Amino acid sequence: MLGPHPGVNPRPGDREESMLYLIEQCLNGIQLGMLLFLLAAGLTLIFGIMDLVNLAHGSLYMLGAYFAATFAGLTDSFLWGIALGLLATLIAGIVMEVIAFRPLYGRDHLDHVLGTFGLLIFFNELVRLIWGPAGLTISLPPQMLTAVQVLPGVYYPLYRLIIILTTLAVALLLYILVMRTRIGMLIRAGASNREMVGALGVNIKLLYTLVFGLGAALAGFAGMIQAPISFVQIGMGENILILAFVVIIIGGIGSIRGAFVAAILVGLIDTIGRVFLPDLVRHFVSYSAGSSAGPALSSMMIYMLMAAVLIFRPEGLFPANR
Amino acid sequence: MKKFLLAGTALGALVAIASAPTIAQQKTIKIGFISSFSGPQAVIGADMRNSFELGLDHLGRKLGGLPVEVIYEDDQVKPEVGLQKTQKLIESDKVDFMVGHIWSNVMLASLKPLIDSKTFTVITNAGASQLAGEMCSPYVFSTSWNNDQTPQAVGLYMNQKGIKTAFLIGPNYAAGKDMLEGVATTFKGQIIGRELTAWPTQVDFNAELSKARAARPDAVFAFYPGAPGVQFLTQYAQSGLKGQIPLYTAFTIDALSLPRLKDLALGIPGAQHWVRDLPNDTNKKYVADYRARHKADPAFYGAQTYDAAALLNAAVTAVKGNLSDKDGMRNEVRKANFPSNRGKFKYGPNHIPIQNFYLQEAVKDGDEFRMKTVATIVENDQDKHFQKCKMPN
Repeated sequence: MLGPHPGVNPRPGDREESMLYLIEQCLNGIQLGMLLFLLAAGLTLIFGIMDLVNLAHGSLYMLGAYFAATFAGLTDSFLWGIALGLLATLIAGIVMEVIAFRPLYGRDHLDHVLGTFGLLIFFNELVRLIWGPAGLTISLPPQMLTAVQVLPGVYYPLYRLIIILTTLAVALLLYILVMRTRIGMLIRAGASNREMVGALGVNIKLLYTLVFGLGAALAGFAGMIQAPISFVQIGMGENILILAFVVIIIGGIGSIRGAFVAAILVGLIDTIGRVFLPDLVRHFVSYSAGSSAGPALSSMMIYMLMAAVLIFRPEGLFPANR
Repeated sequence: MKKFLLAGTALGALVAIASAPTIAQQKTIKIGFISSFSGPQAVIGADMRNSFELGLDHLGRKLGGLPVEVIYEDDQVKPEVGLQKTQKLIESDKVDFMVGHIWSNVMLASLKPLIDSKTFTVITNAGASQLAGEMCSPYVFSTSWNNDQTPQAVGLYMNQKGIKTAFLIGPNYAAGKDMLEGVATTFKGQIIGRELTAWPTQVDFNAELSKARAARPDAVFAFYPGAPGVQFLTQYAQSGLKGQIPLYTAFTIDALSLPRLKDLALGIPGAQHWVRDLPNDTNKKYVADYRARHKADPAFYGAQTYDAAALLNAAVTAVKGNLSDKDGMRNEVRKANFPSNRGKFKYGPNHIPIQNFYLQEAVKDGDEFRMKTVATIVENDQDKHFQKCKMPN
């Protein structure tokens, strides 16, 4: 039943068309990268400035999605859901920092891992108690259920385009905040030498709380914009947190710029690998074996990139303290 | 309601345990029930549990005159958890029967302990082709189907619609592979793409949908059971593909996803062995009573599980409550001589039903969206693996 080259390059010979197809897939990769950036930005700041390994960062992603879904349900508006959800995640992040993280600063990384892993389990159970085991859904407004022509011949889902543009705006704001404001200067100073910043009379406690709240809001925002595409469910932040850690390792811990570049890199590699590797593998093994081995192989690619970065540039592509 | 039911079940179980010494003569039948009761797929587990409870209630909560206790366990959609729970039910709870299983991969992981312990088992959804073939067992019956039968029916319908090229997409696990293989068996046109996505983690299908668009098929076939189906159809619409390339489905649109899909489900055909409007008396009673109790339609998951209660009742009645007479129970069940909400059907030698498959579509009925039978695609369809089954007698 299968054709001579089933599934392999859909329109062989049509250069222009395969170019447009590649552009569309790159947009898909960038969109995933943008999502990862939102998570990784907060993670890298917290890791870089407070020297804190936060395994519960994914819980904030989950909380953001639950808050947004709840508020969207109450107000019957997607945008209000996002706005109120953001505020709620910010508050949750600050409360979490004051209660649970302050005792952890300055302690061993193993203590961080144990403490924040406990928090992760705590939040999963808390969400189960409050919202039940089944999870929630956020529906997009019907106007978002269309695709727009971004280039002649390239159609892209409107909602995903909005995700890319919004996240770019957030990245720009973050850049301005970190590079052009006084708070940003303190944040950067904190990333390179914490003790010195404290010694110069800066209220380091307040700075930490601020950074943590910012990171929480970014993670929560990632959770809510992804929610209409995936599920709002317990443990939703755990898989994506692994990717976010990969991003900050590749990008260099503490570096926003590194997180941005690495997130897009990881998003692109993941998507392009998912799309083209199965076809490539099918050239060497049987069609159905290629269909199932391809996805498995493509999901390993980003880890290979991480391993390569660790071997050749252990401090990441954009080390923060240089 | 769910909590109430759960409390009721727990209370029933307690009463059963507490009163056991006084009526030592009368054995309580213990049934282990495995399904998914947490996460986004919990709605499926609830549909199955509700239907099984309804089936037991219709039988006066007795099987062949003996009282029943059901122990529900959550497999969390994970094969290793399903296996663990199966072993717990067999070894520690010492259940007489096992019922349930949504997922082919979870069921396959749990199959060996079930067969080894000779536990009389009714699989009420998972239809892995191995179960119909080389891993068939004299102790295991299915009230559902083999995975590839439903997509085979969809493939036949695609031929009828004159589809020449198709792009197939489904999740990368036992059932996903069976489903795509099923369409490929009956579809006479050319398959120009076949994508398997990571399961159950991947619910973002943007890259695959871009690929489908670029392949320009006459039709896309998709298999995404449960919650990921809602995501798939939403993203199909988001990507603008819905108006461009017709979509054919198996196990993707059902009574559980319809309240969330609404208009998105209209005009997308699928196949099923059971639909809510099948005109037999058992089905009418089942659907009416389910609706009265839960204010919603049951899905096929529930329908199959409702049948399991009738099947077990027939088995226990035939051996007059002597549960160790497994040969007697098996011989009775093989006749399929119990009322089923799909109507009359037969069992193949591998204990998989030989049954009709219908074309179904979602329709809007006032404010409610419902599934509707459109036509019969294939009658008395038998799976193609039964010859690989060497059933020991």
